[in-house]
Amino acid sequence: MSNIERHEYDVIVIGAGGAGLRAAVEAREANLRVAIICKSLFGKAHTVMAEGGAAASMGNVNEKDNWQVHFRDTMRGGKFLNHYRMAELHAKESPDRIWELETWGALFDRTKEGKISQRNFGGHEYPRLAHVGDRTGLELIRTMQQRIVALQQEDGKNSGSMEANIKVFAELTVTEILKEKGQVSGVYGYWRESGAEVLFEAPTVIIATGGVGKTFKITSNSWEGTGDGHALALKAGANLVDMEFLQFHPTGMVWPPSVRGILVTESVRGEGGVLTNTLGERFMFKYIPDVFIDKYADNEAEADRWYLDQDNNRRPPELLPRDEVARAINSEVKAGRGTEHGGVFLDVSKRLSAEVIKKRLPSMWHQFFELAGVDITKEPMEVGPTCHYVMGGVEVEPDTAAAIGVPGLYAAGEVAGGMHGSNRLGGNSLSDLLVFGRRAGIGASEYAKKATRIPVSEESIKAASARIEAPFSREGGENSYSLHAELQEITHNLVGIVRTGAELQEAITKIADIRKRSANVSVSGGRHFNPGFHLAFDLDNMLLVAESTAKSAILREESRGGHTRDDFPGMNNKWRQVNHISSFDGNQVNIKSQPLPSIPKELFDLFDVHELEKYMTAEEVAKGGSK
Amino acid sequence: MTRKLNMRIWRGNATDGGLENVVVEANEGEVVLDVIHRVQATQMGDLAVRWNCKAGKCGSCSMEINGRPRLACMTQISSFKDEETITVTPLRAFPVIKDLVTDVSFNYRKAMEIPAYAHPANLAPGEARMEQVDVERSQEFRKCIECFLCQDTCHVIRDHEENKKSFAGPRFFIRIAELDMHPLDTLRNRKQTAQEEHGLGMCNITKCCTEVCPEHIHITDNAIIPMKERVVDVKYDPLRWLGSKIRKREGIV
Repeated sequence: MSNIERHEYDVIVIGAGGAGLRAAVEAREANLRVAIICKSLFGKAHTVMAEGGAAASMGNVNEKDNWQVHFRDTMRGGKFLNHYRMAELHAKESPDRIWELETWGALFDRTKEGKISQRNFGGHEYPRLAHVGDRTGLELIRTMQQRIVALQQEDGKNSGSMEANIKVFAELTVTEILKEKGQVSGVYGYWRESGAEVLFEAPTVIIATGGVGKTFKITSNSWEGTGDGHALALKAGANLVDMEFLQFHPTGMVWPPSVRGILVTESVRGEGGVLTNTLGERFMFKYIPDVFIDKYADNEAEADRWYLDQDNNRRPPELLPRDEVARAINSEVKAGRGTEHGGVFLDVSKRLSAEVIKKRLPSMWHQFFELAGVDITKEPMEVGPTCHYVMGGVEVEPDTAAAIGVPGLYAAGEVAGGMHGSNRLGGNSLSDLLVFGRRAGIGASEYAKKATRIPVSEESIKAASARIEAPFSREGGENSYSLHAELQEITHNLVGIVRTGAELQEAITKIADIRKRSANVSVSGGRHFNPGFHLAFDLDNMLLVAESTAKSAILREESRGGHTRDDFPGMNNKWRQVNHISSFDGNQVNIKSQPLPSIPKELFDLFDVHELEKYMTAEEVAKGGSK
Repeated sequence: MTRKLNMRIWRGNATDGGLENVVVEANEGEVVLDVIHRVQATQMGDLAVRWNCKAGKCGSCSMEINGRPRLACMTQISSFKDEETITVTPLRAFPVIKDLVTDVSFNYRKAMEIPAYAHPANLAPGEARMEQVDVERSQEFRKCIECFLCQDTCHVIRDHEENKKSFAGPRFFIRIAELDMHPLDTLRNRKQTAQEEHGLGMCNITKCCTEVCPEHIHITDNAIIPMKERVVDVKYDPLRWLGSKIRKREGIV
């Protein structure tokens, strides 16, 4: 295999979304040589779709905000299943990460005093989301993309080559993380353009591949969200944690069919959007769960007053955490109070003027006008739940983002698990990827500087290469497009918003069957930019993700956050003490239960004990956190 | 509301290719990208097309539809007449890789030539204060999704490969304008370098770029023309140049 393209780096970053780029910046600033590998063109990652903002307790709009309040909101949103340390680091470091972006040229919307403006969002006690209209994700991606160019220009000046220390390998798929003697030695993949194979040798790999949405039929995710990093990590011997928890964003477009699933930002509700059913009922008041009863208004008058006076009124229930709103919409539609396209109405036109809507929600206006022919300044939008985010992901060590069990492997952003518990708050994703992208960059750099490098063996290369060639050598096998569509039907119908034990069992059997058949996928045409060939690899990844999700979900006999069991409707405090860990033995995914790390006393004490009683067992509350 | 749609799709590679006729189903509310995907899934498994978000936010699915540079995900089938044949071809200003996918690396090379944002050395993180009205000018240009349709349509490079070396193109004129109008950027002479190094002078403001911009950025009126005017001002009046720099720095506390 001496004729393949070879590269050698200190740090390989897989994925060029927010987390990957932030990690790459950090590794380069630690004077290491970094390769960024991405499936799309540079700057197209799914982070551009993030609309609402990045949560950080800068206190620019309400000075009562601080990291402790943000920490509490995050834990509540995740129903206390979050890894406390990740939620703590995230709440403490988010403001610095946002301000840092400003030093790289980001231009956030401003307050009257000229500070970074912050907006309200579901589950956040104070206005907390730094934003740029409703295109905050684009601003983040562009800022970091341009930061990388700035570093490349610096390298150009110093060394004569702009790509000396940091190089982007765009439109390249990684098919395998390589290991020698139990530690990371590099990655193997192919150029999507030519199909030519590439070997990267490096002691550290940071996985920052984002989500898994394409495993589902209705999703806000682009084609890239195929769980590649989840599957690569599993195959490399790492674990996934909490894979049963998927966030169905309550408001995706439902019509026309071709845009079904595309996100309608939560900012619409943050800016005053109201949800109604076809009877004209503002139904969210019926769905305030007990744990939130003192924080959310139970009548329209108070909810409306909150937009003007947040200190003396409770929040409107439209701003409950996403899992609650998604379930509520699902119930309304099931009860026959949904629109003909299977959604409910979301209306911002009655509270805000056309001018303000176009200014604060410009891309929503654009999206509905151009794709659905709806003018949201005059009429309501039709919305319904869409698979948006996976809370589960690679089990990592919180401070360094090191993947547990695989020396040299790191993970950050959506692909990492633990931070968001059973449900992520809106706005916590963009700040998550900045905080943990940076930490992964530091963690990987420190490891890389000390690591002994082991060259990739010829056997490893041969095996990786054979896997890429396999679908071409088969004839008349299954078509990857139809297998993908079958998988999406199964996940949609049996592993979706509301689940039952019997359906999950059926899903597990059916996913195993598709997996067997997928071993026989054949591809027509050549290697040259062949999407059928690309999907064959993505499909394999999605199957492992679906298997992890279904198998974790069948074990969790309760409903919590992004996991709702019709046969176990309530939240059970005993289940809060349990994480489900997925691992892969080469044939199938196995799940084991693992105790959730217990929250230390100083964080425990940030909460009112009566609130904790709603989530924790009596013994846990009596113990008062670990010392 | 399903109907049969006649399409002509350009298929080929860097050296050879041509239009192929297909008939494909189209449903109510669908866009050109939807029917291309249907062709891919049912008739041409190896048809190459770039796309990502399918919501007009990432700028990946740029192509020419009936000869006009457009995003396939934002072009409604219903915008064509019932019997109209829809012809899709790759972006003409860039070399074809395969089918509808072109090599847009020209743009990434140009991006690397634009000097980066320069933050004031004495302004610590969190200390910046800017007026909304001041950031909005640059924010308009930061809406750019880098679909490169403006680059594709710009006649300075569309059929003039020889101009590419000395011409950055509209996408990067708005990048320079954005930095030039950025309330905190400390690098001087951005307009001059736009003129002298990035080919601003070659633009003769036909506004083709503005017309194709899916984000409706006023590329010509708000970026190119103001820079051209100021370059002229500065050339003839050094005091105005100094004045413009002082005004720019007012936003800093």
